[in-house]
Amino acid sequence: MSIDTVLLYFFVVAALAGGVLMLVAQHPMRVALALIAVMLSLAGVYAMLGVHAVAVFQVLIYVGAVMVFMVYVIMLLDVRDPSFVVRYGRLLLPGVALGTLLATVLGLGMAQMRVTPAAAGVETPSYLVRPFSQEFLQQYWLHFELTSVLLVAAVVAAIAVIKSGRRQDG
Amino acid sequence: MADLQVLLWLSFVLFGIGLVGVMVRRNALVMLMCMELMLNAVILALVVFSLRTATLSGTVLVFLIFVVAAAEIAIAIPIVLMLSRQKRSLDVEGYDSLKG
Repeated sequence: MSIDTVLLYFFVVAALAGGVLMLVAQHPMRVALALIAVMLSLAGVYAMLGVHAVAVFQVLIYVGAVMVFMVYVIMLLDVRDPSFVVRYGRLLLPGVALGTLLATVLGLGMAQMRVTPAAAGVETPSYLVRPFSQEFLQQYWLHFELTSVLLVAAVVAAIAVIKSGRRQDG
Repeated sequence: MADLQVLLWLSFVLFGIGLVGVMVRRNALVMLMCMELMLNAVILALVVFSLRTATLSGTVLVFLIFVVAAAEIAIAIPIVLMLSRQKRSLDVEGYDSLKG
């Protein structure tokens, strides 16, 4: 068993442990730290798979932007209410039941599916940052540019939400 | 080559944990984070399929999901902030204004 395989399975187990911790941790800050652990482990998995571009952006965007934002909001909102003491809502039993049902159906489907490694004759594209970026911006430049439209819409929507809230406050 | 089947199972389990978390947790911010976990699981599945088919399109889709996730969090956090300012609480059990 090579060191790569050991590291990969270490990251897989760490991601699983972080996911379970997210369900049982009480304070939102602990849940956020568990989620950061999951994301970093997944970045490790991507790095071990050789998909370096995704690993880098997983750390930069998810951990560096999204989760920092989330942690900042948790610190900012100094609210104390029952949701900080009681973990689960009234939907605990229906939620777990529905989750089990879905897991059974999906799991049965997945148990029949065999994911084999890519066929031997097929040439695997390089997922390193440089060849990947060149390929990305040559073939998918339009999609890349269109995402900027989505981002502008998100910024406008965020400002609109804040403004409408201010008007209600008087 | 890593066992892609194991990684697909990991993605499946993480998605399930996120889904159950959204349904059972009481705190609005924790629900948001469970949604992020579901997105992460989908990204893992896309990377696995991209490796399986030996194409780049799955990985490209992952980048578009990164952008969508950033936009989503930029909208969702202000909404949660507004809710908590109005109700003075992050408890989703208290958000019952639409109840008939």
